[in-house]
Amino acid sequence: MGDVGLGAYLMVGAVLFVCGVVCMATKRNGIGILMGVELVLNGANVNFVAFSRYTSLGLDGQSTALFVVVLAAAEAAVALAIALNFYNNHLTIDVDRGNELHG
Amino acid sequence: MIEQMLFWVFAILTCGGAIAVVATQNVVRMAFWLVVSLGSVAALFFLLHADFLGAAQLLIYVGGTVVLLVFGVMLTASGPYTQIQTSPAEGLLGAGVGGLLLFVLVSSIGSVDWVEVSSRLPLEPSAPFVSDVRLESRAEESLVNTRSAEEKQGLIARQQGGRTVRQLGMGFLGLRPDRNLKEGGARGLAPGYFLPFEIVSIHLLVVLIGAAYLARAKRRVNAG
Repeated sequence: MGDVGLGAYLMVGAVLFVCGVVCMATKRNGIGILMGVELVLNGANVNFVAFSRYTSLGLDGQSTALFVVVLAAAEAAVALAIALNFYNNHLTIDVDRGNELHG
Repeated sequence: MIEQMLFWVFAILTCGGAIAVVATQNVVRMAFWLVVSLGSVAALFFLLHADFLGAAQLLIYVGGTVVLLVFGVMLTASGPYTQIQTSPAEGLLGAGVGGLLLFVLVSSIGSVDWVEVSSRLPLEPSAPFVSDVRLESRAEESLVNTRSAEEKQGLIARQQGGRTVRQLGMGFLGLRPDRNLKEGGARGLAPGYFLPFEIVSIHLLVVLIGAAYLARAKRRVNAG
């Protein structure tokens, strides 16, 4: 069939996941952290759909991936609203300055 | 052959876009590379025969979420702290930890024989993917006849053929015509995703109201 197989797709998912984690850990811009979250969720989605295609699990993987997409959109909307509030209060989006709750 | 080539092209675009998102410091360029990466993920979904999911990825992520992020960048990019740089030491440390994490993941993926593992999944109780009701009896018959796991997987993939819209829609309405829980000729449809679908709808509504409430126009603290 000339197929690339499950492993190759899992590798792509792993690279997306690691890039998202590093992005979340190193960026100081709040929007950059949001982009890292999107990358992580997409890596998980690639894994879901690859397992749905190459095993007998069927459409369960694709349904879960659709829920993940919807929840990611909701998360982006709320996080952006919080980021705008943060910017209104601090005049910056640098997350290192959000330490007012620091005991 | 062409499928393999397309896979490698889009896999390289996906990984390269993700790495560029991490490596770039400018937020607008990060958004551009995010579009490249997410669009290539949608292409990978199409290659995985998930046509509806690929279209949804293009519409929701590339058309919605990234536009939302770009608007966030525009609304927050003015002011005294426009350029927020990561210090090189932090970047190096992050790259090292990320490389180690990638090594762990890749080595554990490579150490599993996925064909053998997936052949141990219960194939028999679940009926095959049928893209059409007409095909159903023929498909079940041929699936019973072919015994080996790889043959079954190939058959399932060929019968699925990418037309997933009807099955996904019926699954979200609580019906799973593609999955039969009972053996033999008996019919016992698997439960679908009706309750999670309703919960996620209410969740989306609540989230949008909450986001509008949080981001409503207010006076700045030091301006009032």
